[in-house]
Amino acid sequence: MSGSSFEYSRATDLDDALAKGGRCNATFLAGGTDLLQLWKSGLAAPQNVVDISHLPLADISRDGDTLVLGALARLSDVSAHPDVKTHHPMICEAILASASAQVRNMASVGGNLLQRTRCPYFRDRALACNKRDPGAGCGARHGENRHAALFGSAAGCVATHASDLAVALAAFDTEITVRSTIGERRLTLQELYPLPSATAASDSSLAAGDMITAIRIHRASRFAPRSIYLKIRDRASFEFAVVSVAAALRVEDGLIAEARLAAGGIAPLPWRLRGSEAALIGRAPTEPAFLAAGEQAIEGARPLEKNTFKIPLLRNAVVRALQSVRGGS
Amino acid sequence: MSTHTNTDAAGSRNAGNPIVEQRIALAMTINGERYDLKVMPTATLLDVIRDELGLTGAKKGCDMGGCGACTVLVAGRRIASCLALAASFSEADVTTIEGVGSADRLHPMQAAFMRHDALQCGYCTPGQILSAIALLSENPRSIEEIREGMSGNLCRCGAYTNIIAAIAEVAGR
Ligand SMILES: Cc1cc2nc3c(=O)[nH]c(=O)nc-3n(C[C@H](O)[C@H](O)[C@H](O)COP(=O)(O)OP(=O)(O)OC[C@H]3O[C@@H](n4cnc5c(N)ncnc54)[C@H](O)[C@@H]3O)c2cc1C
Ligand code: SF4
Ligand code: FES
Ligand code: FES
Repeated sequence: MSGSSFEYSRATDLDDALAKGGRCNATFLAGGTDLLQLWKSGLAAPQNVVDISHLPLADISRDGDTLVLGALARLSDVSAHPDVKTHHPMICEAILASASAQVRNMASVGGNLLQRTRCPYFRDRALACNKRDPGAGCGARHGENRHAALFGSAAGCVATHASDLAVALAAFDTEITVRSTIGERRLTLQELYPLPSATAASDSSLAAGDMITAIRIHRASRFAPRSIYLKIRDRASFEFAVVSVAAALRVEDGLIAEARLAAGGIAPLPWRLRGSEAALIGRAPTEPAFLAAGEQAIEGARPLEKNTFKIPLLRNAVVRALQSVRGGS
Repeated sequence: MSTHTNTDAAGSRNAGNPIVEQRIALAMTINGERYDLKVMPTATLLDVIRDELGLTGAKKGCDMGGCGACTVLVAGRRIASCLALAASFSEADVTTIEGVGSADRLHPMQAAFMRHDALQCGYCTPGQILSAIALLSENPRSIEEIREGMSGNLCRCGAYTNIIAAIAEVAGR
């Protein structure tokens, strides 16, 4: 199995990377774990592969109560970092539930946020897929759609977002620093992942030549004692989520003062559960509040033929996540 | 220490090919030996190790990161060499199974795999052993952590029970 030919060049510094990445048909290479899969499957056919993996953008640091992850930080280095373990355990859990040790040693956090969907129709060129070939039709909608989304789908695509890390980040105030030849801008995670257009051609709002340089997670350490990333999969390890829930609570005087909830495997983007959060505020961290949050999470779900099971699964995952954080650590 | 190259072999393979493909010069250390290589931009590290250097211990199981048969160590850390673009790995310090132990002096992990009969066909074994050696440096604290830490290595023969037992013995768990 092998893809089309391309030229390889290694970026010498950030400006060089941006200049090279801005040319037509250029693609950045970080860890390469998704790019090489896509290329081997004929889903990516770059003419120029610009290797950014050697740029000094892999630092992991704290700036006050902001965790700053260089875009090229490896998943394994982030999850093993003492500050991340102490102040952001949910991020560690989401990473350690992702892929395998081999892949985590290669994969960067920036590349993780930009990985393409795992919809099997998208990944197989023999099958019809609007996201890959706009207008070709969506094979999943009336086909094997067990994996498909419950929320937020565009008319032409029912795929889900695959990243676990993105779900954890969606629960917090996360900002993405993006550079291009035009300059630097900062996006919220919601701006990185807008609701998809009709054919859902892209999985993020970035344009060709845009480079993520850093990810900033603001003021999340207060949730460290009561947070969890719960991932439900078809096998115990080394598998993408069927449903996942990132949950974080702050309890004050026996009542829930703040709640953050996001879910994966159910939408084309990491899906913030704001209704569930609202259902928790001001209540005791006990069953009635958790059940209410679970019910809120599934409000408005639009299942297809084979994924209705995800509705109770999501509700129960929300409840279970909350049950396991209520006592604190 | 001798230095090896692959240009002769590659030159003859491309003989008569009118399309001049880009070749990337890179130097790597593989199993302690220095190699000066010229590789295709599209070559994976796995392809270079197997096809250019003839080190066939690393296997091409899925070629998609999903099975761990191609596991090698880079600076002591395990990676899936099928998803590694070789050109990106210049100056890397690579260990393949050929660089682990020898027939008369097995690595403790190799010896444990033999004692525990931790294989059947042996296809996944080079990847399993390299992965297990890297796992040791991550200090797994329990059988559960060993099982989880080895989830990137599949075994089509289902030798998992004995594989975990072998690693647990070496890890002292
Ligand atoms: C077998 C397997 C199992 C997996 N399981 C999981 C899982 O359970 N959960 C999960 O979340 N993920 C999983 N993944 C996905 C994996 O986490 C991603 O492939 C990885 O994080 C991508 O990072 P990378 O550095 O390798 O990206 P690359 O493959 O190098 O890049 C991916 C894309 O992002 C672009 N890119 C990379 N870095 C930047 C940047 N800084 N700025 C702009 N563009 C950039 C590239 O051009 C490319 O389009 C799995 C992958 C494999 C192979
Ligand atoms: S769900 Fe989206 S990615 Fe999957 S086949 Fe339909 S259009 Fe393609
Ligand atoms: S061949 Fe590389 S993981 Fe399967
Ligand atoms: S021993 Fe046969 S695949 Fe593992």
